[in-house]
Amino acid sequence: MAADYVEWLRREGRIVIVGASLAGLRAAETLRAEGFAGELTLIGDEPYEPYDRPPLSKSVLLGKASPHHTELPHRWETDAKWRLGVAAAGLDLTARRVRLADGDEVEFDRLLIATGVRARPWPKEEEARLEGVFLLRTREDAAALYRRLKAGPRRVFVIGAGFAGSEVASACRESGIPVTVAERAGAPLVGALGGVVGAVAADLQTENGVDLRTHVTVTALEGDSVGRVRAVHLSDETVVEADVVVVSLGSVRNTEWLTGSGLGAGPRGIACDAGCRAFDFRGIVTDDVFVAGDVARSPHALFGYQFLSLEHWGNAVAQAETAAHNMICHGAERRPHLWMPAFWSSMFGVNIKSVGVPPMGEQLMITQGSLAERRFVGVYGCKGRIVAAVTFDNARWLEFYQRQIERGAPFPVEYPTLDRRPEGRRPVDADFPDPSLPTHGPMVTLSGYSPADQQLVFHPARH
Amino acid sequence: MPHASMTRRITDFANRADPYPVYEELRSTPVLHEEEGGPYIISSYYDIKALLHDPRVSSDAANLAAAGDDALASTEETGGLPPSFLRLDPPEHDRLRRIANSAFGPPHRPRRIDGLRGQMREIVTELIDAFGDAREIDVVDRFAYPFPVTVICRLLGVPREDEPRFRAWVDPLVATLDPETRRGTDADAATAAREARMQLGMYLSGLVEERAGEPRDDLLSDLVNSRGPDGSLTMMEVLSTAVLLLIAGHETTVNLITNGMLTLLRHPEILRRLREDPGLSVNIVEELLRYEPPVQLVPQRTCIADIEVRGVTIPKGSRIWLVLAAGNRDPERFEDPGRFDPDRGDIQHLGFGSGIHSCFGAPLARLETQIALSELARRLVDPRLVEDPPPYRPNAVLRGPRHLGIAFEGLR
Repeated sequence: MAADYVEWLRREGRIVIVGASLAGLRAAETLRAEGFAGELTLIGDEPYEPYDRPPLSKSVLLGKASPHHTELPHRWETDAKWRLGVAAAGLDLTARRVRLADGDEVEFDRLLIATGVRARPWPKEEEARLEGVFLLRTREDAAALYRRLKAGPRRVFVIGAGFAGSEVASACRESGIPVTVAERAGAPLVGALGGVVGAVAADLQTENGVDLRTHVTVTALEGDSVGRVRAVHLSDETVVEADVVVVSLGSVRNTEWLTGSGLGAGPRGIACDAGCRAFDFRGIVTDDVFVAGDVARSPHALFGYQFLSLEHWGNAVAQAETAAHNMICHGAERRPHLWMPAFWSSMFGVNIKSVGVPPMGEQLMITQGSLAERRFVGVYGCKGRIVAAVTFDNARWLEFYQRQIERGAPFPVEYPTLDRRPEGRRPVDADFPDPSLPTHGPMVTLSGYSPADQQLVFHPARH
Repeated sequence: MPHASMTRRITDFANRADPYPVYEELRSTPVLHEEEGGPYIISSYYDIKALLHDPRVSSDAANLAAAGDDALASTEETGGLPPSFLRLDPPEHDRLRRIANSAFGPPHRPRRIDGLRGQMREIVTELIDAFGDAREIDVVDRFAYPFPVTVICRLLGVPREDEPRFRAWVDPLVATLDPETRRGTDADAATAAREARMQLGMYLSGLVEERAGEPRDDLLSDLVNSRGPDGSLTMMEVLSTAVLLLIAGHETTVNLITNGMLTLLRHPEILRRLREDPGLSVNIVEELLRYEPPVQLVPQRTCIADIEVRGVTIPKGSRIWLVLAAGNRDPERFEDPGRFDPDRGDIQHLGFGSGIHSCFGAPLARLETQIALSELARRLVDPRLVEDPPPYRPNAVLRGPRHLGIAFEGLR
């Protein structure tokens, strides 16, 4: 029976993909490449063909690439019905229907949710509406910010020194624009890489002329009489005059439209099994609803079955391909999503790359190069195992460390390595912030343990 | 077993024209160690790739010397110059390579290589035009050999009127690269090579000194005048880097172009497609780097710690041979590995190595070979091999035909 259903689905079933960005596109292509011949519909709230986001905070802000020409290349004919510019507004699991914002409804036999995340807005709505206050997530955000940067603002103020905020600050400095960065933690990138590596990022910023303020939060954005932002008030009672403010407080998962649907969806994303099948709120896996990309949260066997939410470009591609494969094959042929977390960034002329899950690391060892020279390989260890590595301008070694993580290699790294300095002989505390303290948008969040251990605790969506 | 050791069979000239059966046998023992003090020979794709990225594997000439001699030891003479970055580990390697790169490619010189495209075409056109009324030529001597050396002259900034002199010094030097040749070389040839090396060194120093005062738009000027965060190069380091680019980039490119023409003539259907679509040269060159890589193996690595590969422990201090050409035809990685197929969906290869020592001149070699092969395909009327296999050079590491005789009906 089940086999017959899959054959029928592959031939003439209806698959709907909600979310028409990187994960949605790659899933659609994979479905066709693997022989799905039925009806395929992609629903996206942005009015554009899928486009690439990493350039938006880098080359686009420097005027080296146009925000309107970062379309993702199509690898395979999708032969799909595209419903662009209209958001999904609801899901009826029993009737297998997606409700759209314009009132229309689309029926499906199998559904893939790839709605991703959006930029976390400045919480005070009135201040957020001031002219000169920007978010950076979409190509329109990038186009608007680039126009303002080109006009030569007096000072840009960046709220939040995660990767996106740091990249914006880097683009400003490269364009000769004065910039202040405020960060609640003690250094940039602390949530993603810890305090030791964060201190290197802090030096990088200050040496490149960034006015970096740490251990502070922004208390208010002040506007002038015509509604343009003119100053930023900080928790240490200082005031910084700025005519452009970039709010870079991480992201919010796009799951509100699933409220009441019965899926286990909430502010931390949509939980799914390693085969990308969504859990309902009772923790029972669904048969016909799959999840991929930034919005998904799935257990990873290599990291103690912890549920990982990864806002990484490569994860979106790999998970979309796995989800698409699993949607149209028989149970025994299903594959687990076992992608090794990896991300990259570039700022102030430095290439930063990472594999594994650095925030799991309790200790850090600089196995090659040196923090002081800002060229190094840092290895993160947890409970006697290597769990992650980060490189500053040293990415060519990363493949080796990835294998070490995959093999559960022991930590500390006892064997000699090329270019090991005295500072790298012993592990140090990686200095991640206490996870019980509130923080905004680290690139990875960890929660739960083995799927079998999960307790039934359902919190309704609250963003 | 009765037959000779694998180490000997890899270097045996009898296997030069087709070493692939030996490599296939080699892969059945992916980590091969035949005798005490001998090299550990690695032949499978994934193992080679892993070791190229392994921070316990050293390229330092001093570590290699400590590991003792083997059949492929000391294939490069430095002639009194300090070791180039090819034979160094980080951090020295990184510093020298970064400075060299700032004179060679992005982000500092994004157009240096692409800017040579027009000149490359001109050189290729002149060389092919010079075939004249001949209906039979040697591709090596008439084309594959003079092309890259002329390009490197333009890149470095050797004035055109000096190019013939320059080439006259390079020729005997390149000839002594081959260990077999060197072993058998008579005293006169050795003296000539020494003389050429000295002359070339003096000539290059002169060029460098001229440019130290007034930089021009060439690589030598950028090398000698680099004042970045990594500091500047000493005169000896500039010379050592220039000689590395000259020597390391030369024979490899000659062999890539020659292997390319040989392979195309053995696959006339692909040659025909290339004639109609020069864009196919991009895939052809990548597949060529997999199928007939000009550097067959990397013999100068050692390990600074015990390394376990497929259950075998390679002890600290051992010499390691990475047989790139065997990995490139590993069925564990490639479907139908023995087939030359530029239409492969995932052409990858170890032809340029990988990791921090991955081929510095790769963008240059790619562009030269793409232009060379597509122009030969376009202009030669009905080309065919005069002799198959052609006669090979003795060198087992930098493998390629010494001559490639072809016949054709005319020029387009």
